Amino acid sequence: MWIRSTMAYRTSFVLTTVGSLVVTGLDFVGIALMFSHVDVLAGYVLAEVAFLYGLSMLSFGAADLALGSMDRLGRRVRDGTLDTLLVRPVPVLAQVAADRFALRRVARLLQGLIVLCWAVVSLDVDWTPLKLLLMPVTVVSGAAIFCAVFVAGAAFQFVAQDASEVQNAFTYGGQTLLQYPPTVFAQELVRGVTFVLPLAFVNWVPASYVLGRPYPLGLPEWAVFGSPVVAAVCCALAGVAWRAGLRSYRSTGS
Amino acid sequence: MYLAVVAGGFRRYATYRAATVAGVFTNTVFGLILVYTYLALWNERPDLGGYGPAQAVTYVWLGQALYATLAVQGGGFEIELMERIRTGEIAIDLYRPADLQWWWLAHDLGRSGFQLLGRGVVPFLFGVLVFPVALPGDPLTWFAFLLTVLLAMVVSFAIRYLVALSTFWLLDGTGVMQMLMILGLLCSGMVLPLNVFPGLFGEVVRVLPWAALLQGPADVLMGETGALPVFALQGAWAVALLAAGRLVQSAATRRVVVQGG
Repeated sequence: MWIRSTMAYRTSFVLTTVGSLVVTGLDFVGIALMFSHVDVLAGYVLAEVAFLYGLSMLSFGAADLALGSMDRLGRRVRDGTLDTLLVRPVPVLAQVAADRFALRRVARLLQGLIVLCWAVVSLDVDWTPLKLLLMPVTVVSGAAIFCAVFVAGAAFQFVAQDASEVQNAFTYGGQTLLQYPPTVFAQELVRGVTFVLPLAFVNWVPASYVLGRPYPLGLPEWAVFGSPVVAAVCCALAGVAWRAGLRSYRSTGS
Repeated sequence: MYLAVVAGGFRRYATYRAATVAGVFTNTVFGLILVYTYLALWNERPDLGGYGPAQAVTYVWLGQALYATLAVQGGGFEIELMERIRTGEIAIDLYRPADLQWWWLAHDLGRSGFQLLGRGVVPFLFGVLVFPVALPGDPLTWFAFLLTVLLAMVVSFAIRYLVALSTFWLLDGTGVMQMLMILGLLCSGMVLPLNVFPGLFGEVVRVLPWAALLQGPADVLMGETGALPVFALQGAWAVALLAAGRLVQSAATRRVVVQGG
């Protein structure tokens, strides 16, 4: 339904999609500006940073396309319109996700894909079948990890109500973090996003294998294939959090 | 009367406590990420753009402190004003004995003032306490800095007022808001300090109105430039943009057709 409503204004859709493409492209302009002054950033060249950027942007774009409407949940809890969703015979999660589904978010996916393609072409990597196979697996697992973050953030909003910006710190913030090599950040921060909130498995860990670099924390070799497992665990935990949040929901009564 | 509107704007944003705490948290997280990337960059080029590492760090936290205050990517009064123009409620506002532009300026200054105290101070203090920074000890510099922030608030308002008035012609403001977000983020120096932008591109960006928002106050605070050139740039843009807003406003009000009785 939201796709049809968007397509009713075709010109506006094209304009906003192009606009989104430019907006999301600005992140990369920032990185390109940095590399106009230096050849390596924390030991990584531009093509390698673009590889990290493209992988995380593709995963994040897919998750954002599917679940990016989740931050509207806080408003629904506040004004009581969540009740309408509860009485319908469709899972609430699917309804919230479809609420104001914005097709223009494909721009983010598209931009990630462009940067990733450029990175793959200009990288100096001897591709093995294993490395090639790892790429789609990484993107799908990364998208699942970001989806779990979106759902967990939505579950948190049952409690916090108008604190949807906290969610932005983990979704957009996490995405920004992953655009840069792990060697940029302090060890504690890298440890935090590897073991506590395992965002590192979206791109850092598998990419370190593709790029032939040791991961900063000295993870064992098999960890680079751990992304699907990590993603499954994250989704399970997010599912539990979502159920708990939904069960604790009390309507406003207005 | 306008002072009461300022206070009203301040109080209104002060009621969203959870949202303010959430904003502080988010600004701190983004500040952390940016600080590490800047440090990696300045590690390679220690005097990039005339800044040392400590100044680059100060710049990051200043940016996070002023992000919501100056509504760099929008998100202040303009959303409400656009909605009032779209629904036609603007007709009632035009009947009121207060001037439209001054009324919204007062309201937005109240909002900015709250955001500075509520959302700006905590991330800045966090940054100052955790990282090595370059801050002046001289109270006069701080005073000049606060003046540049006040002027930046006016310039930010004037930009967004023009954007909001465009709704009179466009009815749907999504497109212009998106343009505002793009330009605001890049041209105000939230991505990278403007003095790092290379070549002609850099020179153009440094005289655009967005340069008055973050780059000006940051340079005054860290003693990179004297206060007077920054005041001049900010003042010139404030006067020019407010006058443009006034012109557009009178053109727009002539177009308003009040429907019904």
